[in-house]
Amino acid sequence: MLFLIIKRILLGLITLFIVSLITFVGTEVLPGDACTTYLERQAFGEQLEACYRRLGLNVPAYERYVSWAVNAIQGDFGYSLSGEMPIKEVLGPRIKNSLVLASAAIFIGIPIALILGIVTALWRDKLPDVAISTVTIFAMTIPEFISATLLILIIAIWLEWLPGIVIVPTDVSFFELLPNIILPVIAIAMIMTAHMARMVRSSVIQVMASEYVQMAILKGVPYWKMVFKHVLPNALLPAINVVALTIAWLLGGVVVTEVVFNYPGLGRLVIESISNRDLPTVQALAIILASIYVSINLLADLMTLMLNPRLKTLQIRK
Amino acid sequence: MTEIIQKVKNLSIGFKSKKGEEILILRNISTNIKKGETVGIVGESGSGKSTLALAMMGYVKHGLYTIGGECEFNSSNLLKMKNRDLEKIRGRKIAMIPQNAGQALTPNLKIGYQIDEALQLHSDLKEEEREQKISELLNKVRLPSPETIALRYPHELSGGQQQRVAVAMALAGTPDLLLLDEPTTGLDVTTQAHVLELLNFIAKDTGTSMVYVSHDLGAIAQVSDRIIVMYSGEIVLEGPSRDILKKPIHPYTYGLLKSIPKLSLAGLPQSMPGSQPQPGTIHRGCSFFDRCDFSEEKCKSNSPQLEYLEELNTSVRCFNHKSLMNDSQVNQTVNKIKTSLQDKEILNISEVSISYAKQNLLDQVLNRISDDNPTVKDININIKKGETIALVGESGSGKSTILKSIAGLLRTKGGIIKFDQKRNLSSDLKERDPNDLRIIQLIFQNPDESLNPNHTVEEIIAQPLKLYFGLKGEELKKNIIELLQKVRLGEFYMSRYPRQLSGGEKQRVAVARAFAAKPDIILCDEVTSALDVSVQAAVLNLLQQLKEDFGTTYIFVSHDLAVVRAISDRVAVLYQGRLCEVGPSKDVYQFPSHPYTEVLLGAVLEPDPDIKPKLVAEDIVEEKPPQKGCSFQGRCSRILGDICKSEVPPWQITNSGNSIRCHIPLKELQKEQIN
Repeated sequence: MLFLIIKRILLGLITLFIVSLITFVGTEVLPGDACTTYLERQAFGEQLEACYRRLGLNVPAYERYVSWAVNAIQGDFGYSLSGEMPIKEVLGPRIKNSLVLASAAIFIGIPIALILGIVTALWRDKLPDVAISTVTIFAMTIPEFISATLLILIIAIWLEWLPGIVIVPTDVSFFELLPNIILPVIAIAMIMTAHMARMVRSSVIQVMASEYVQMAILKGVPYWKMVFKHVLPNALLPAINVVALTIAWLLGGVVVTEVVFNYPGLGRLVIESISNRDLPTVQALAIILASIYVSINLLADLMTLMLNPRLKTLQIRK
Repeated sequence: MTEIIQKVKNLSIGFKSKKGEEILILRNISTNIKKGETVGIVGESGSGKSTLALAMMGYVKHGLYTIGGECEFNSSNLLKMKNRDLEKIRGRKIAMIPQNAGQALTPNLKIGYQIDEALQLHSDLKEEEREQKISELLNKVRLPSPETIALRYPHELSGGQQQRVAVAMALAGTPDLLLLDEPTTGLDVTTQAHVLELLNFIAKDTGTSMVYVSHDLGAIAQVSDRIIVMYSGEIVLEGPSRDILKKPIHPYTYGLLKSIPKLSLAGLPQSMPGSQPQPGTIHRGCSFFDRCDFSEEKCKSNSPQLEYLEELNTSVRCFNHKSLMNDSQVNQTVNKIKTSLQDKEILNISEVSISYAKQNLLDQVLNRISDDNPTVKDININIKKGETIALVGESGSGKSTILKSIAGLLRTKGGIIKFDQKRNLSSDLKERDPNDLRIIQLIFQNPDESLNPNHTVEEIIAQPLKLYFGLKGEELKKNIIELLQKVRLGEFYMSRYPRQLSGGEKQRVAVARAFAAKPDIILCDEVTSALDVSVQAAVLNLLQQLKEDFGTTYIFVSHDLAVVRAISDRVAVLYQGRLCEVGPSKDVYQFPSHPYTEVLLGAVLEPDPDIKPKLVAEDIVEEKPPQKGCSFQGRCSRILGDICKSEVPPWQITNSGNSIRCHIPLKELQKEQIN
């Protein structure tokens, strides 16, 4: 078990290393670099040389990679071009904002998704299932930029209940941010919840049709006891990985929603830094998003392992 | 007159087809289960036997519904009862032992909890008393060290142990009626015999009534007092089990009994042509008419009623039962197999060992397998052209592993597999050329999984013809039709998909695909295990016919010793991946024999209440072959002592050419252990 965890962590680190290499090589082979972008038309002669020296671009690529990697491990991603701020300081509040948005969506979305999924599965083909399933399919298929725009139109413009777009400084405090995030959270949670509810539904239905559930019924186990003891633990196990992917997707920045609501999170930062050709920031973002995916998936796998007695003993025996 | 505990009255269960028609799975079933008796319900797959057993618990599967009739228990109709009331009956008054205990135990709950759950629901015992009771129950079903078993998860037990747990769970509520749905199907022969013996003991010990559902007349014969034979959703014969097995007065039962291979008879049993009508088929006459050897004109238009014959205490649904009654002693005639043995050896397997051990990095670099105790070891068999050799043994005996290596699906660790004295097949698999692949073909156990569901029969059979012979167009089609005719399927099957075929037809297609490659050797991996008995006989006869026509060599893997007896020239008995005995099949089935062969033969169930299985060894599961000495030392009841544990036994050869690998002298082995 311990061996397995170490192995998975090592694999995760290797993945991150490869991601960092790819992004570094990618930004390297693209025509132009940080200095030509920054200096624009003045990018020649003495000034360009000076810029190269200042940013350390005059040394060979592999040396730059090594020094970048060493610094990155310590949390120092260098300077962003646009504002000439340390990237660390640019990222900090953005990560915090994305976290707030993601956790709000997770805390609201996952319980609702579980309940809807279980209800639709247990009342399969009956009224609650038909009604909820229709709604979830709708919620799943409407693209978020449309649902987000509709939300703004109805709740912010017509009803004037909540601010339509987020116009607050990036480093605003949590409570000031709160009213601003309600609409984005609804927009994200709708799609996420619908997806997960469908997943949970099919998983529960599958388990309900299994021989061991039939056996539990024939054993005389009362319905709800059967649901909680025999069905749910087995049905929700495979859901863990899907939930993990959703969380990673949320933390990685829900690009479209953030842009529509002008929300200062990681997703918008990705768009901004790409269009500004802010290569150091793009690099830093790539590595951070990759680490989020890797670590959350690792956590999910470990959780599945802990909760599934079958996998647990298999691993121990090996 | 003993008390009746379950009364089934005019029960019909069915479903609505897509067109809205009512399709019946059970048609007007009436029967009574008396206190303390064991009733066997027998029939082929699709006869409705499981649906009937479930209905006796008031359970109707999702998609099915009750059309009419009732299942009366304690004078109330279970099929109309509310779920809350059913919960009080299920597990407490009527309990179920499922077919596949591995699937029927909830995977995330410990064994102890699952039994405790039944106790909590159906008894007033306090916690400590329940703990005591769990141990007691696990003891009763003869599981070793109950305390530790209770703490295990279902997947940590072997198939036989899981089945025992299911029995313990059913007994927890001290039910009046036990329903058993194919409780031993899927278990090894020896385990099956042990579980049946346990069930018999429990029936006597507790006085519980049992309903035993199975397709296996051998198992039914061992447990039941009374037998109900079902066909196409109807009861066709019901009566005392001895009479039904010895003198079946319904043509279907008669045919069924004739199609079962027996240990005492070498040769292929006669098959029953045709197959059971699909549910929903409309027939005015008898549903068995198409397959009946005794049918008359009136059977075609009039359907016979279930008739009670007082003198025999038997109900039968046949116009002709009287004529059957006079001469229905099942005189089994078998088609003796012709041996087409030639002197030329076609496959030499020498010193072969196979390992499943994971290669570590060093081994991978050196391209070797280091495992001093491989799964399969010391296999020496020389197979003659035109021979049928069978590999038998319980699960884990390595029989399928050896097949995989011959087929090239698994590389050997050591030894040589030589084809036709010259071509070495044991080298790396990638070195096999197309011709090496063509000469050896495989037929798998389950045609549902071995045939691509998205290909038509034509495409399935065309593949080897295109691949090995490059056939195209008209010629390809001609060849496909020829092959289909060889396996007795008409030309019109070409456009069908596997799902549109019955189990037997699918297996015929798989046989045709194997023969399409014009192979020299065909490997048959439990090819009849997934089929009904009547179909099994037909497939065996077909394989034999094809062999005579083409001079093919078969390597036949099976756990069913009677099937092996019927078809093979020679038998190799394996335990834990080591050979125990190799010899002509008539000699292997007689004494002297290896103690393990004796165990296997003793456990075979015959459809005859007078032939009881002999249980010689415990049915424990050994995870790994022993490091040294005889492979069977752990379970052998004739073990001599240290010599068996330290030295690999020598091969002893009998006069008839049967080789036995045992330390016990042949003279001693000649004596049967238990009479």
